[in-house]
Parts: sequence; structure tokens; C-alpha cells
Amino acid sequence: MSETIDADLVRHIGKLARIELSEQQVEMFGRQMSDILVYFHKLRELETEDIEPMAHAVQSSNVFAADCPQPSLGPDQALANAPQRDGNFFKVPKVIGDS
Amino acid sequence: MIDTKETVTPVIGLEIHVELATATKLFCRCRNRFGDPPNTNVCPICIGMPGVLPVMNRKAVEYSMKVALALGCQVAAFTKWDRKNYYYPDLPKNYQISQYDLPLSSNGYLEVPLADGSAKKVRILRAHLEEDAGKNVHDKPGFTGVDLNRVGVPLLEVVSEPDMNSVEEVMGYARAMQRLVRWLGASEANMQMGHMRFEPNINLHIARGGVTYKTPIVEVKNLNSFRALERTVEYEIARQYAQWEADPDGYSMGKLQKQNRGYDDATQQTVFQRAKEEAHDYRYFPEPDLHPVVVDDEWRDEVAATIGELPLARRARYMETYELSFKHADALTQDAPTGDLLDEAVKGGAEPKRCVNLLLGRAAALANERNCTIAQIGITAGGLAELTKMLSAGDVNATASGKILEKMIAADDSPRQIAQAQGLLVVRDAGQIEVWVDEAIAANPQAAQDARAGGKKQKRAFGFLMGQVMQKSKGAADPARVKQLLQQKLGP
Repeated sequence: MSETIDADLVRHIGKLARIELSEQQVEMFGRQMSDILVYFHKLRELETEDIEPMAHAVQSSNVFAADCPQPSLGPDQALANAPQRDGNFFKVPKVIGDS
Repeated sequence: MIDTKETVTPVIGLEIHVELATATKLFCRCRNRFGDPPNTNVCPICIGMPGVLPVMNRKAVEYSMKVALALGCQVAAFTKWDRKNYYYPDLPKNYQISQYDLPLSSNGYLEVPLADGSAKKVRILRAHLEEDAGKNVHDKPGFTGVDLNRVGVPLLEVVSEPDMNSVEEVMGYARAMQRLVRWLGASEANMQMGHMRFEPNINLHIARGGVTYKTPIVEVKNLNSFRALERTVEYEIARQYAQWEADPDGYSMGKLQKQNRGYDDATQQTVFQRAKEEAHDYRYFPEPDLHPVVVDDEWRDEVAATIGELPLARRARYMETYELSFKHADALTQDAPTGDLLDEAVKGGAEPKRCVNLLLGRAAALANERNCTIAQIGITAGGLAELTKMLSAGDVNATASGKILEKMIAADDSPRQIAQAQGLLVVRDAGQIEVWVDEAIAANPQAAQDARAGGKKQKRAFGFLMGQVMQKSKGAADPARVKQLLQQKLGP
């Protein structure tokens, strides 16, 4: 993992998130993300040599629900926050290409 | 000069996505059901509202373990889930909950029956449990419609090693997987409902003039029918060979990246989508909202105990114990309940071969008409055993047994009661048969004369009179008695 987030990495992250960034934003987010990274580097001060990597912050496992249906939201509630809808569908700009 | 020693070996691996037959989704209790109106089976969890918590469906984990164990996989003692980050309208959370470095199971195999009667072992690299995405509907004018009913449906992804070397092996593997997950009740594996999707990766190893060339690996995404899978693999083998032949040194694995292609059903060709270097950067990290799953021996054994006899083992047993042909044994092991019906009937005293003839004769025809399995037509093992015993004892003939079997579906009556009510029991009463025989002879003097006279017309005339008697009895007369009486009356 790189020590700082450079402009190219910010643009790459922007592309993955499907958002357009101005040069000014690239500079700003780069600085902010680098600060966050530097802050997290404090963790390196800890000795972790003999410690197993953990998968979860809570030391518990096997939390399950039974396979019994419960009521879902109606389409009107589900679609209430959608910027646009078409009947029961969420309406989004034309998607082309693969995922 | 053409090197006649050239060999072309397709090297094919297959990822199969199987939707599990749970009642609810993987992380919420919305229904897992195909065909409902759009966005009716959705809740804040599956549509990715902030602040909600997913809770793992125990049944989905158990179905996955069951399939994994049936594939001979090791089920991990400790398994966890990870976020696979990507942005797409059918994935409202902007990440898919999947498994990255600690999958639920790994290292198994599936035995694939081939046409020549042999079997090929295809190794399984891993099988892990993840959530399905929603559906984008592209046939809208100028926009895309999104239906999130499928978001969060449990999906088992089974990844094979690249062990398949022909179209036949790929299709055999895919069909064997479908049969297995259905057999286990883990999935309906209905292709029309999108329960199974395929992603083959294909390349060619070509040995020519002492050099082995390898074409770049091509992965084809999201094939949702057996036909599309077959056409894709056929097409890719031909396409890669042609491209390699035009440029044997350039079109090679070392020089070109792995690429993704998509299958176009209209042209039945694959089209280039992207090279591996443009591949997504998924930024996997452990899913903080889900607890890991720990599988101890006790739980694993409990799930293993629900598996029972697997289809290929059962087929081998039928050939061995019931002395069935491969074809018959195979037909009876397409699903578990049909074989269960046979086994139960045999336990109830039915003679295996006669019972199989009933099942693969009239019962199979009825199942075919109803578009269901033989077990689903609705006959009981007890009734089947009784009918088979009546056949063995000569109480009914084959034609009558088919009619009785059909009546057994609708009625609660036993086969014997049905046979009596319908007059389908074989008539052995010598007096009654004699009446029919005398009538037949009286009504057909020419045939009777030919039969008495001997010579080349004798056999045919005798057969004709037999037929007349059987017709008079509506098929119910015991043929042995009829023959005996006719011989007495027409004999020298």
C-alpha cells in the first residue's frame, strides 16, 4: 500500500465510483485521503507479529436467522426515495456494457 | 508440408452460479421467489439503505455445506464473508457480499458421466456462498429499469479446475451439477428462472512440430442456458484456433492478456468485452456487519447425514442389483424421489424389472404429458408394488396394467379394486374362455379351416383366431388358456 494517495490514484478511485472529479477536487481528496492514511499508520506502532488476523471486531460467530419469510416493503415504500420510477421499476440512465 | 501430428486440446474450466432454494434471501427475510412483480420482495436490507444489518440465513449455509460435501469438498471450519466493491445499478449497496480468501469449501470433484459409459473426474477448486444481484431491464426506451427482487438471493458459486477438454465434457459437467443440486434439494436449478448461470474460461493447447502453443484464456460471462454454454464453447474453440492459425506466435498466452467476451444469442458468437488489464479493482475487505461461521464436526456430520445415496452411486446399484441397462438406470436416477419410489416398491415385494417397465412405460408417458417427474404423477409405492405383483402373478396383462396405473393417480382405490371395477383382471375361467373360442371359430370358418388344414396358412390363421378371442374378451382372457383351447379344438 502506497504511503500517500497521489492524483492518479484519486482519479482511479473516482472512476471506480463512477464520479467525475475536477482537478481541484482531485487535489483536495488526495490531500484528505492521505491524511486519513497517515492517521491509520499510527496502528503500525503496535506489535502484531504473533497475533492472528481477525475477521471481525466482535469475537462471536454463527449468528443466524431462520428461513422464514417476513413481510417486505411495498413497492411504493421501496421506491419512495427513487429519483425516478417507471411503474414498479427504478428508472436509471441507460446502462450499457457489462458489470 | 502440413504437420500431421498437430494436436489441439481445449482446456476449459467452468464457474457455475446456483441459486439456492431457500424460502427467503441470504441476509433478510424477503421472499426468494422468481416471477413476482418488480420490487415487491425488497426491504431496507436488500435495497441497501444505510444503517441496516444483514443476518445470515442458516438454511443457505446448510444447503451450501450439503452441496460441498456431496462434491467431496472440505468444508472450512472457519469461514467469513467479504465485500466486493463495484458500482452498478443492480447492486444498490455498491458492494456484493461474497467470500474472498476463506471460502466455505474447497478441493472436491464431480464425476461426469460420458456417452461411452466412462466417467471423468472434474476437480472443484472451491464453492462459496454469496448474494445475487438485481436485474436490469434493458428493453425500455431511453432508460434502464431496475428490479431488485433478486438482490440478496443466496448464490452458491462453484468453481472447477480447468479439467475439461471437450464440449461433451463441459456439457456433461454442467448437467451433472444440475442433477446433483436438484437431487440434494439445494436448488430447483430451473434454467428458465435463472437458477443456474455459467461462466466458462477457455483456451487451446496446440502441439505442432514439437512446440506447444497456448492461446490466451477467454472468459465468457453470464450464460443462462445449456444451449448458450454449448454454442459458446464450440464457437470459442473454433475462433481461437482460427486466430491462432493466422498468427501462431502472436496469438499466445504470453503475449496477450486474458480477455472477457460476451455471448450474443442473435449471432451465436462471442464478442470482445475487455482485456484483463482493464479488469475491475474490487477492493475486497472483510464484511464488518456479518459474523463469521464456525462449522464443527457435529454440525458437518449432521448435514452430511442428510445427503443419502448420490445419483451415480444409485445408478450403479440399479445396474448391479436390479440388473437394469445403463439407459434405464440413468432414466430412473434423474431425481431422487423417482428412485425412492422404485426402491420402496421393491421392498414391498415388487419384481424390479417389471416395476421398472411400469415406471418407464406408462408412468413415464404420463409424467411427460404433465411435464413433471415420474414420482410427481402421484402414485404410491404401495400401489406400485401391488400392481407389479399382479402383473407377475399374471392377474393382469401389460396393457391392462397401464390403464390401472393411470386410474391409480386419480383414485384412492387399490390396483386390484380398480382392475375389478374396470373388468381388467385376466379371465382364467375355462368355461368363459371356451364360449369365446367357440364363437370365434363359428364366426370365421375360413380361418378355422386353414388352421386345421396345416401348411403355410396354418400359423397365420391360428394367430388370427387368437386375436379374435382376445378381442372378444377385451384383452382380459388368459392368452395361455386361449391358446390351449384353440389347439384342442383345431388340432388333428
